[in-house]
Amino acid sequence: MTVFRPASPRLSSPSLLSRRDLLRGTAALGGMAALSALPGAARAQAGLTVGFIYVGPRDDFGYNQSHAIGAAAVKAMEGVTVVEEENVPETQDVQKSMESMINLDGATLLFPTSFGYFDPHILTLAPNNPDVRFQHCGGLWSADKHPANVGSYFGYIGMGQYLNGIAAGHVSVSKKIGFVAAKPIPQVLLNINSFLLGARSVDPTITCQVIFTGEWSLAVKEAEATNALVDAGCDVITCHVDGPKVVVETAAGRGAFVCGYHADQSSLAPEKYLTGAEWNWAKVYTDMVTATLAGEAIPNFVRGGLADGFIKMSPLGPAVPEAGRAQFEAVKAEIEKGGFSVIKGPLKDNQGNVVAADGEAFLETDPVLEGMGYLVEGVIGSTS
Amino acid sequence: MENDLGWWAVPLAVLGGAIRVSTPILFVSLGEMLTERSGRINLGLEGTLVFGAMAGYATAVITGDPWAGVLLAALAGAVFGLVHGLICSMARVNDIAIGIAMMLLGTGLAFYFGKPFIQPVAPDLPSIPFGWWSEVPQVQAALNVNVLFLAGIAAALVLHWGLRSTRPGLILRVVGDSTDAARAMGLRPAVIRTMATALGGAFAGVGGAYLSLFYPGSWNEGISSGQGLMAVALVIFARWQPVNCFWAALLFGGAGALGPALQSVGVTEGYYLFYAAPYVLTLGVLIATSSPNRALAGAPGELSITK
Repeated sequence: MTVFRPASPRLSSPSLLSRRDLLRGTAALGGMAALSALPGAARAQAGLTVGFIYVGPRDDFGYNQSHAIGAAAVKAMEGVTVVEEENVPETQDVQKSMESMINLDGATLLFPTSFGYFDPHILTLAPNNPDVRFQHCGGLWSADKHPANVGSYFGYIGMGQYLNGIAAGHVSVSKKIGFVAAKPIPQVLLNINSFLLGARSVDPTITCQVIFTGEWSLAVKEAEATNALVDAGCDVITCHVDGPKVVVETAAGRGAFVCGYHADQSSLAPEKYLTGAEWNWAKVYTDMVTATLAGEAIPNFVRGGLADGFIKMSPLGPAVPEAGRAQFEAVKAEIEKGGFSVIKGPLKDNQGNVVAADGEAFLETDPVLEGMGYLVEGVIGSTS
Repeated sequence: MENDLGWWAVPLAVLGGAIRVSTPILFVSLGEMLTERSGRINLGLEGTLVFGAMAGYATAVITGDPWAGVLLAALAGAVFGLVHGLICSMARVNDIAIGIAMMLLGTGLAFYFGKPFIQPVAPDLPSIPFGWWSEVPQVQAALNVNVLFLAGIAAALVLHWGLRSTRPGLILRVVGDSTDAARAMGLRPAVIRTMATALGGAFAGVGGAYLSLFYPGSWNEGISSGQGLMAVALVIFARWQPVNCFWAALLFGGAGALGPALQSVGVTEGYYLFYAAPYVLTLGVLIATSSPNRALAGAPGELSITK
């Protein structure tokens, strides 16, 4: 009567009675004694239980898939049990998911992967669960404001969008490229700006049209936005939404070229796919779990780029010309060497304000970039 | 720059968007109109739409034939409608509550069975290039009309004629307007309502197949994002008239395309406001056409919201 922890990772569906709900009910029936003995018993049996929480489906060709690939790599490790839950909204629901992973599954390391899970949800649970490590993707952890058992990790994927831009700049004929964006938050703005600056490093007359859809996953609006961009004359499209499948298929269907994001979408449009900025969470997650197994502490603030293997690029597609390949590889090598700045002066935003003075340059590691609130000159769009 | 239409891009995008986006809304609202004309409300069509999208996509992936997908989506929709109709035929069952339950069941089942079909690519439904006469690619793209859109127009016209001038249409209407009168005529209202709900469900299923097999043309869990619910509301907006359902769906689709189109020509401020356009428009028309002195014109007498 003491073991309620299921042996294997599982799926759960939001609208049906999940196994977790069933377990919770059974546990309650089992009596208070069994219930109070549960967390300790579960924890003692497994080496390490790691929980992953996704905001969408695990196989969305995008953000959630990139994390699920990382989770699969952790699953393959010795002495580790992985529990996963998908389609968890950024509401009270994620607190319930985290609590049940901690109390019923005995998880001591959690990866709640969506941006909106951080404040207030992780920050509410962390002080009450000092033995559990909460590793959040993309949050801005700071030592004086947040608990010590919370950590934040992210990758400099803007560099990947810069490389996307280089490929786009070599392919675009109309000198107009397009970006389907979800919300004007700093990470998205940095991606848009990097994409255009990459293209402008090829041809400074290129402009980038951006359309915000307002949500992370809105299939019809993403398709409409892609159509509107192609109608406006954009001939290379990229995006920052959770599942780029619709954007990639719609753009390729209209004859435009595409650059991918989050994961490799080349199989959706083999001829039109130029390259893509992909996450490489497998490395990040296995490193963190290895450290935890060895009893070492994970740093609270983890960031990495191309050189650290946090992000990678999809192989170049057949449409990228030779000159483009050469520049792409050269810049990629330079980024991996370190010291490369995308945002550097003289640079103005598209309102005419100076955002980087002549001679000023922001490295990818500069925290200033994680608070970006502007679109650079040449981007047609607005942050509000 | 070549092919730069400037501001002309906006009305063109609205037209193209109206044609692209309106089809599922049209099918769901036609289905709901049928059901409501028989005196019942089926709020579960959002769930039927999502399940139809999944079932159609899965069938097209497995068989390689998108039309088989449309057929199966219609069948699945009919089954959902039948279940709703049968449950509501029992005494003291509230059709609105059952509808909400069916909506959750439909989306839940679709997510559950749809897992393995998020990644594969299904063949698309064919479309007819009505823009062949134009040299402008934007016009060609906007007038690339799917067969189901035309089928929807045809269905609206047939229903319009059928409800007025055919015996089954009149039977449906009498059942919807007065249970007592229908009984006196020797009709069985529960059976007719169940059939109308099943047929309505089939329409919604086809709407779902359009979503996953043509536009946006892939199955994922956010595919509908509430379009089924809006379509149900549009039936009131259309005053239970099939041809009005068509105009309402077109208006709604076009208004939805306004936001991205305006951003693409450089009107970038306040896009959240433009995205609210379809809803503001619906509210506006409803307020303008409502009256404190009379009940909703055209509402079937047996609807639980009018009783």
